[in-house]
Amino acid sequence: MVEFALPKNSRIKVGKTWPKPDASGKLRQFKIYRWNPDDKEQPRIDTYYLDLDNCGPMVLDAIIKIKNEIDPTLTFRRSCREGICGSCAMNINGENTLACTRGIAAGTKPIRVYPLPHMQVVKDLVPDLTLFYAQHEAIMPWLDTRSNTPSDEWKQSIDDRRKLDGLYECVLCACCSTSCPSYWWNSDRYLGPAALLHAYRWLIDSRDEAAGQRLDELEDPFKLYRCHTIMNCAKTCPKGLNPAKAIAEVKKMLVARTT
Amino acid sequence: MAKVAGLGSAKEGTHHWWGQRLTSLALIPLGPLFVLQFGRLLGADRETVIAAFSGAGNSLIAILFLIAAFLHLRQGLQVVIEDYVHTRSATVTLLILNTLLCWGFMIAGVWAVVSISLQQVA
Repeated sequence: MVEFALPKNSRIKVGKTWPKPDASGKLRQFKIYRWNPDDKEQPRIDTYYLDLDNCGPMVLDAIIKIKNEIDPTLTFRRSCREGICGSCAMNINGENTLACTRGIAAGTKPIRVYPLPHMQVVKDLVPDLTLFYAQHEAIMPWLDTRSNTPSDEWKQSIDDRRKLDGLYECVLCACCSTSCPSYWWNSDRYLGPAALLHAYRWLIDSRDEAAGQRLDELEDPFKLYRCHTIMNCAKTCPKGLNPAKAIAEVKKMLVARTT
Repeated sequence: MAKVAGLGSAKEGTHHWWGQRLTSLALIPLGPLFVLQFGRLLGADRETVIAAFSGAGNSLIAILFLIAAFLHLRQGLQVVIEDYVHTRSATVTLLILNTLLCWGFMIAGVWAVVSISLQQVA
């Protein structure tokens, strides 16, 4: 059955409150999820204080500052700090997003930072994305052709190229899939919004010649049809994409080939 | 990767999905019509009910509603069970029960409407 309570080893305790910095500026509270696989403790929420007058504007700036100046054990992924690598996806104030493009919210409420929901945690804010990447690989994210390879390049008209807008921008940060209840309950069989958006990206690529096989692979009560248009994916996407619409287009293609 | 590949694609699901859309569409007019028709007859005496179902119109609305509603209910509950029940034996048992009960109620309902519509007012 669906689990209504968190498993015992996932229940979160109150953690440590780290000392406030000596600063005259505006202090802001950050409540951050901590879990260390080595110490056999329950996960906990640590409280940190930052002087916002002396900190960059984004949540990533804040957690880098915490790591540099307060607590070097805080663990998270980050790389490009401009929303293009997808590494720093996490749950900030209840919403999956990229820490580097999410500004520190105005006001005085604490900023709550958790790892992406319903994933195995490797440490602190780092989720295990092995399955997520395998799902992406499973939709064959490459150009599949039967024709002879042209001597220069596979050409595409401007209009055909335009069909990839709103799809190619996906950076595989996993915000959408991990916001999807259907993915929470059935990620072992449902491919999830990110992989399905990529599936559609190759299905409508005018140069690709494997649409039939791609649809064959997708047509499955679980791989595709666990999408119940809940739309959390589109709401949470930090790149403003709409995976739910891409999935709907795949469903329309499947109807089109049977009727 | 093996976990994602699983047992491969079932190569079905589209008919289920499309069927659910079609029964939804059918229920948009049939639902309110049935409720209006049936609501008016609640508590009515035997003669009124038999008279109401003696024409083809009312009987057809009731029969079409029962068919669409129970097909839709079966498909909808099937999805709910697949989503939320993760013990294999329980899933299979519930899916079978769901199918039997929905079809059973649909056939019983249709039979009831037919038998009422064939009654003569005494």
